Amino acid sequence: MPPASSSKLRALDDLLQRAVAGDETAYRRFLTEAAVIVRRFAARRMPRQSAGFDLEDLVQEILLAVHTKRHTWRKGEPVAPWLFAIARYKAIDAYRRRGRRIEIDIAEIGDVVDARSGPPTAVNRDVGRALASLKGRQQAVVSALSVEGKSIRETARELHMSEGAVRVAFHRGLSSIAKTFGRV
Amino acid sequence: MQTDDLILDLAGRADEDDGGFVLPLWSAALIAPVLAAAVFMVLLGPRPDFVASLSTLRFDMKFIEAGLFALTMLAVMAALARPARPWRQRLRLILLPACVLLAAIGVELLVVPEGLWASRAIGQNAGNCLIAIPSIGAPVLALFLFVLSRQAPTHPAVAGAVAGAAAAGIAALFYAAHCPDDSPLFVALWYPLASLILAGAGAFAGGRLLRW
Repeated sequence: MPPASSSKLRALDDLLQRAVAGDETAYRRFLTEAAVIVRRFAARRMPRQSAGFDLEDLVQEILLAVHTKRHTWRKGEPVAPWLFAIARYKAIDAYRRRGRRIEIDIAEIGDVVDARSGPPTAVNRDVGRALASLKGRQQAVVSALSVEGKSIRETARELHMSEGAVRVAFHRGLSSIAKTFGRV
Repeated sequence: MQTDDLILDLAGRADEDDGGFVLPLWSAALIAPVLAAAVFMVLLGPRPDFVASLSTLRFDMKFIEAGLFALTMLAVMAALARPARPWRQRLRLILLPACVLLAAIGVELLVVPEGLWASRAIGQNAGNCLIAIPSIGAPVLALFLFVLSRQAPTHPAVAGAVAGAAAAGIAALFYAAHCPDDSPLFVALWYPLASLILAGAGAFAGGRLLRW
């Protein structure tokens, strides 16, 4: 069932082992490989043509979950089942949230049609609510990157922040949104 | 934000520890009986003839049954705490305490005359049992939920339910020292009911608190 060759999956074991020991290069390679595998996995499982679903959003959510929960992988255990279990969990989560979003879509179909200029993957009001829950720089950074689609470099220049600070603010902002809205 | 940017950023935080305070499961399993004992001693305490009762088989069986059940549920909970662990296989271990209890029931039905079966099963203390086990187990369940929240349960409600059952098993281990009803008929009826209360509470709380 795993949509990748088994030798590739086994190479992940080694990469993650070096990564948790603090090897940045190994971790980057691990995440890059994992992203490819997870993207294929997600593409197969999720009905892509439906509204309000962005495959890349899901891939990023899975990668973030892999990052924050990487301490639940133990040396010597195969990475692949662990990775797929996380991917499946996040896919189900995304599917549920999408279901709710579609209900909103139908109720406010007029608004959506009018608001052509808005971001394509979420209802404007949801984005607004999520952004409103943030403060100061986090809000500015999340808005610039997710809504306006600016690059990290651009955002850093405009807000007079370092690129590292932009990344940190972005992820803190996203985690905070996930905490506020992610749970039922 | 591009996925490649995210990867670069996350890679830069390879040695960052952002899981928060992670209490290992085994240490929670060691703290849990201490916690339950403290609540038990404050609320109830052992019954007056505790030491003398230790020589009766019916009394001792209560601890064996509760202990086996608690160990089984702890093993399942440990498997549910992390992704892709074989928790369904471990769930089969429940057959062990179940068989011990069934055997005890069988013996009890043989040695006790039929007319006494009902009164043995109803006992004198059923209401207490239903209140005491959830009360002693509640702080243990809270501890387990906290520990699980720092892991990555991919079945949050099931993990919560099993945490509740494990907490009930540990609570029953102490409550058994207080309860005057020793018949396996009583144990088989009321202890599981009391455990269901905690398992239900655990499932409810787990479905909400253990999502990530």
